[in-house]
Amino acid sequence: MKTLEEIQAAIEAAVPGAGVEIVPNPAPSGEHSLRLKPETAVEVATFLRDDGELALDYLSNVTGVDWPDKEIAEKVKVTRAVTKTVDGVEQTAEETVEETRKRVEPGFLEVVYHLFSMARSHGPVVLRMRTGNRSDRVDLPSLTPVWRSAEFQEREIFDLYGVVFKGHPDLRRILMWDGFKDHPMRRDYVAPDDFEYEPTPHDEVLARAQAHRAAQQAAAAAQEGTGQ
Amino acid sequence: MAVDEGLKIELGKQGVFVTTLQELYNWGRRSSVWPMNFGLACCAIEMIATTMARYDLARFGAEVFRPSPRQADMMIISGTVTKKMAPQVVRLYNQMAEPRYVIAMGACAISGGPFKQGYNVLKGIDRYIPVDIHIPGCPPRPEALLEAFMALQKKIDAQPLTGEGRPRHLDADAPGEFPVPAQGEHDLEPAANKNVWTVPVVIR
Repeated sequence: MKTLEEIQAAIEAAVPGAGVEIVPNPAPSGEHSLRLKPETAVEVATFLRDDGELALDYLSNVTGVDWPDKEIAEKVKVTRAVTKTVDGVEQTAEETVEETRKRVEPGFLEVVYHLFSMARSHGPVVLRMRTGNRSDRVDLPSLTPVWRSAEFQEREIFDLYGVVFKGHPDLRRILMWDGFKDHPMRRDYVAPDDFEYEPTPHDEVLARAQAHRAAQQAAAAAQEGTGQ
Repeated sequence: MAVDEGLKIELGKQGVFVTTLQELYNWGRRSSVWPMNFGLACCAIEMIATTMARYDLARFGAEVFRPSPRQADMMIISGTVTKKMAPQVVRLYNQMAEPRYVIAMGACAISGGPFKQGYNVLKGIDRYIPVDIHIPGCPPRPEALLEAFMALQKKIDAQPLTGEGRPRHLDADAPGEFPVPAQGEHDLEPAANKNVWTVPVVIR
């Protein structure tokens, strides 16, 4: 199979302005991936499927990743002017100080496609796409028109992560019911509070069960009070 | 109206069979419990094994698995009840004829089991419908299901036909229909049927 760089070049040649980037994977497996621009993704995907040499005709897996807003603390060396009084004379001196600055890197949702070729038995080629943010710019093009097997998996990602796939033939929730409003696989999802009965709580469950326990003890005490 | 056991045995030796109407009635009821043909997860495989030749639930008169709730009087909740499935389980239970019994089979059906902390799993079907027998295990072996079934038979046998604790079909005041939970925006509504399930007291 072609290397990822060769595939990238082949895509650029076939779809001018495709803007495909290589996302390196630092893990030992080194499974690097191609990041597609949403605008050209369908065109690129069609090329990958139909190209004689690549013939990536089999989409084995589609999955989602949630990248929440990340707060990054950086140590920056700052040079600033400091006024000092030395021997009764005011002097201005330059001083280099280390300062911790925090910035927030906005989060996004990511969709990952794993492609193989049945015809030429090679693979996988990993594709990624990223949404603008996690709240209102969550549209991505659907690759179901290219690989039919993406249909249910894109529905699942829509259900659990909230990515809206434009061009999907039947975009409905697949695991949760239609009236459900949350996206349970997002990192900031909070499960409904049904922790009233936890015989063996621990960690997070303990924290949530304790809120109920105080109320239950108060109710039990009140009942005991009326009983006597 | 209990017959003295010693007298009964003595009469039996002489070829005279004595019984009470209650015993005869309950003997008939417990010997032909018809389960509903209904499986939810991996526990259902054990349930199927229980009905097959090796374990043979037919020995207890419960081999007639009915595909319709209207012909069944026992529901084996065999597996994980998801929040998406829970309203359907309650609806099926509502459609069953009285007297009806419920066996909650396996860790998931009684408490949510290994999936208890999942956002999508009901923490025990006894939050919505009355459960007669709980079987722990993941999944319980067919022997455990047989044991539960024998416990249910004992329970049926012990039910008096009048007064306190009579079977529900002889009790006009017993609730026939249990509210089906609605699928809300974040969770099932209500999260439990307060008339059926109260928070158990944990002694620490």
